[in-house]
Amino acid sequence: MSGATGAGATAARVTELPMAKALNAGLRAAMAADDRVLLMGEDIGPLGGVFRITEGLQAEFGARRVLDTPLAESGIVGTAIGLAMRGFRPVCEIQFDGFIFPGFDQITSQLAKLTARHEGTLTLPIVIRVPYGGHIGAVEHHQESPEAYFAHTPGLRLVSPSTPNDAYWMIQEAIRSNDPVMFFEPKSRYWPKGTVDFDAPAAPLHASRVARAGTDVTLLGHGAMVSVLLQAADVAESEGTSAEVIDLRSLSPIDYQPILDSVHKTGRLVVASEAPGFVSIPSEIAATVTEKAFYSLEAPVLRVTGFDAPFPPARLESTYLPDVDRVLDAVDRALVY
Amino acid sequence: MSDDVPALQLLAPDGTFRARGASEEFVPYIEALDDEMLRAFYRDMSLTRAFDIEATNLQRQGEMALWVPSHGQEAAQVGSARAARPQDHLFPSYREHAAAMVRGVDPVDIIRMLRGLTHGGWNPAAHGNFHIYTLVIGSHALHATGYAMGILFDNELRATPARKSTGTKSSTKAVNASDDNEAVIAYFGDGATSQGDVAEAFVFAASYRTPQVFFVQNNHWAISVPVSVQSRTPLYLRGTGYGIPSVQIDGNDVLVSYAVSTKALTAARSGEGPQLIEALTYRMGAHTTSDDPTKYRSHEEHESWAKRDPITRYEKWLRSRGADDAFFAEIAAEAGDLAADIRRRTLALQDPVSDTIFDHVYSEPHPVMSEQKQWLTEYSESFGDAS
Ligand SMILES: Cc1ncc(C[n+]2csc(CCOP(=O)(O)OP(=O)(O)O)c2C)c(N)n1
Ligand SMILES: [Mg+2]
Repeated sequence: MSGATGAGATAARVTELPMAKALNAGLRAAMAADDRVLLMGEDIGPLGGVFRITEGLQAEFGARRVLDTPLAESGIVGTAIGLAMRGFRPVCEIQFDGFIFPGFDQITSQLAKLTARHEGTLTLPIVIRVPYGGHIGAVEHHQESPEAYFAHTPGLRLVSPSTPNDAYWMIQEAIRSNDPVMFFEPKSRYWPKGTVDFDAPAAPLHASRVARAGTDVTLLGHGAMVSVLLQAADVAESEGTSAEVIDLRSLSPIDYQPILDSVHKTGRLVVASEAPGFVSIPSEIAATVTEKAFYSLEAPVLRVTGFDAPFPPARLESTYLPDVDRVLDAVDRALVY
Repeated sequence: MSDDVPALQLLAPDGTFRARGASEEFVPYIEALDDEMLRAFYRDMSLTRAFDIEATNLQRQGEMALWVPSHGQEAAQVGSARAARPQDHLFPSYREHAAAMVRGVDPVDIIRMLRGLTHGGWNPAAHGNFHIYTLVIGSHALHATGYAMGILFDNELRATPARKSTGTKSSTKAVNASDDNEAVIAYFGDGATSQGDVAEAFVFAASYRTPQVFFVQNNHWAISVPVSVQSRTPLYLRGTGYGIPSVQIDGNDVLVSYAVSTKALTAARSGEGPQLIEALTYRMGAHTTSDDPTKYRSHEEHESWAKRDPITRYEKWLRSRGADDAFFAEIAAEAGDLAADIRRRTLALQDPVSDTIFDHVYSEPHPVMSEQKQWLTEYSESFGDAS
């Protein structure tokens, strides 16, 4: 473990960390700050989770704060609800995106609705961490992007960090939220390092963020897509196009003001995501921006997404997933108008 | 009943008290009760029956979208709910009107849900820790189990090292300490035992050794499907397979329900882990007011269960112990008043205001809720001048 992993580290308060370690530090800080915070999931104890996000936490906080649960996703979410009714703040780890569906009913029919069903007398401060997305060459059910199912469900909040710094701060804010938060971790970004500032909090949980300023076209996405958009903006610049990149950060609710400000300036918007595009987060944003910034638009809002086909075998993932070229193709199409 | 081992029973259908075999150990639980408590059981069952009949009538008269009758299942519910201590948490399905009333829920709050005024109805913390109804079969078994995990974790946190090292079963002091411990009851039906969530609840409960009782009301039907479709073995044997001590009782005998539930709750709160009770009972009415049970079950079956009615049986026994006509007349009058009061208050219920569509979806401010609430207000007001 590197030296500065959050609470207790005094020396290096700004450090280079991969997102995996930043999340680990964020979880540790949240657990140290509030002894009602519990981690629950499959293989998160001695193993530290299949992605090692919880590494060392069971040794530090004990087996009653970091629970290796039975292998049952509905059971994990359903018992987390009961624990939250008891005053705990459970943080559930879903081992892989494609395995969230056995827990779907508890998330959408129970977790999302119980505060309203209790007319506000019950809050459910539960975080569900979901390592999501492709680019890791894995087998079926291990590379999916199921965000839209949950964004469609009232009562849930959805966020997704794209940088180690956001990961460190956003996981702590998600845990402090009194509403259920689905926390989508871009697993292809777990290992690249980035600067984490342990002193300066990141933007609020539900704020979107301009990741790169530009004037000709706005590129919008979340999680792993943000680094693709930034690379695309670099290439576009070398070709004389100035692209603004916005990191969505919050998928529900969506922080529209920075997006609308940007569109008022550029007149062109390209929204990208790894998930299939049909009834997707980019579709929702395209509709809303069209309603709210119609007279600023110089071109239709374009979507760059995974195909409307199941996630393919890994040897085809680079064809399926939106890459720099597909983003630039959309930029070119937007500029034609 | 299709079972090899006779279910535990203290009160025979003809109202005679007779404890045989394995049932004998439960006699002291009843002997410890005074007349007042024994009569309270009768009152609970009778008032629930009156409420249920009145609510069914209200539904038939168009005052509710749906009613879910509890008729026939009062003994199972009253016995178990009366066995619970004030600090215990009860997680019901949607037919536990008797348990709800025992724990202090206003019957009209149940009606509010079925009349389409709310998806909940009461705050469990202010109503005997009786949680709100769950319509998704079996889901709440996991909430109950998670809650019981929380009790367990809290107990461990509170336990001082000294107390931790004390032998568990040694002194009376330890027993008294465990009386104050909390426990949980999860109620669900025979159909629910086929749900994955119930199976997962058994797994989690057994794994963590939670302080809880799974109370299965086997009323022999899941809407129109007989219990034989759900299980080829008696349901209580399911619990055994998960390592959960499990018993089967005559669910129309309020005394055995009380005694066995008391024992199970005591075991649960004393650190012996989860317990399961299968109560054999019968839904005398329709599944809900939307179905016609004559389409799927026989008149003979219905009649055979009518002979085992929990209230008639208990009345006979109370009379044999000296309860007189005056007592029963008094309860009948109270039941009549309750029904009239429920009718009056139901008819006076106001529709909710439209703001409640948005309020409490989130507990913290949410831009979409504010925007849509404001939009709806302005839209509604836009009709104001025209009218
Ligand atoms: C998950 C789910 N599937 C189907 C239904 C529709 N449904 C409502 S009650 C019921 C039967 C439940 O039977 P049981 O568990 O025996 O309880 P009982 O109604 O007999 O008390 C069904 C199928 C439901 N509410 N939830
Ligand atoms: Mg049933």
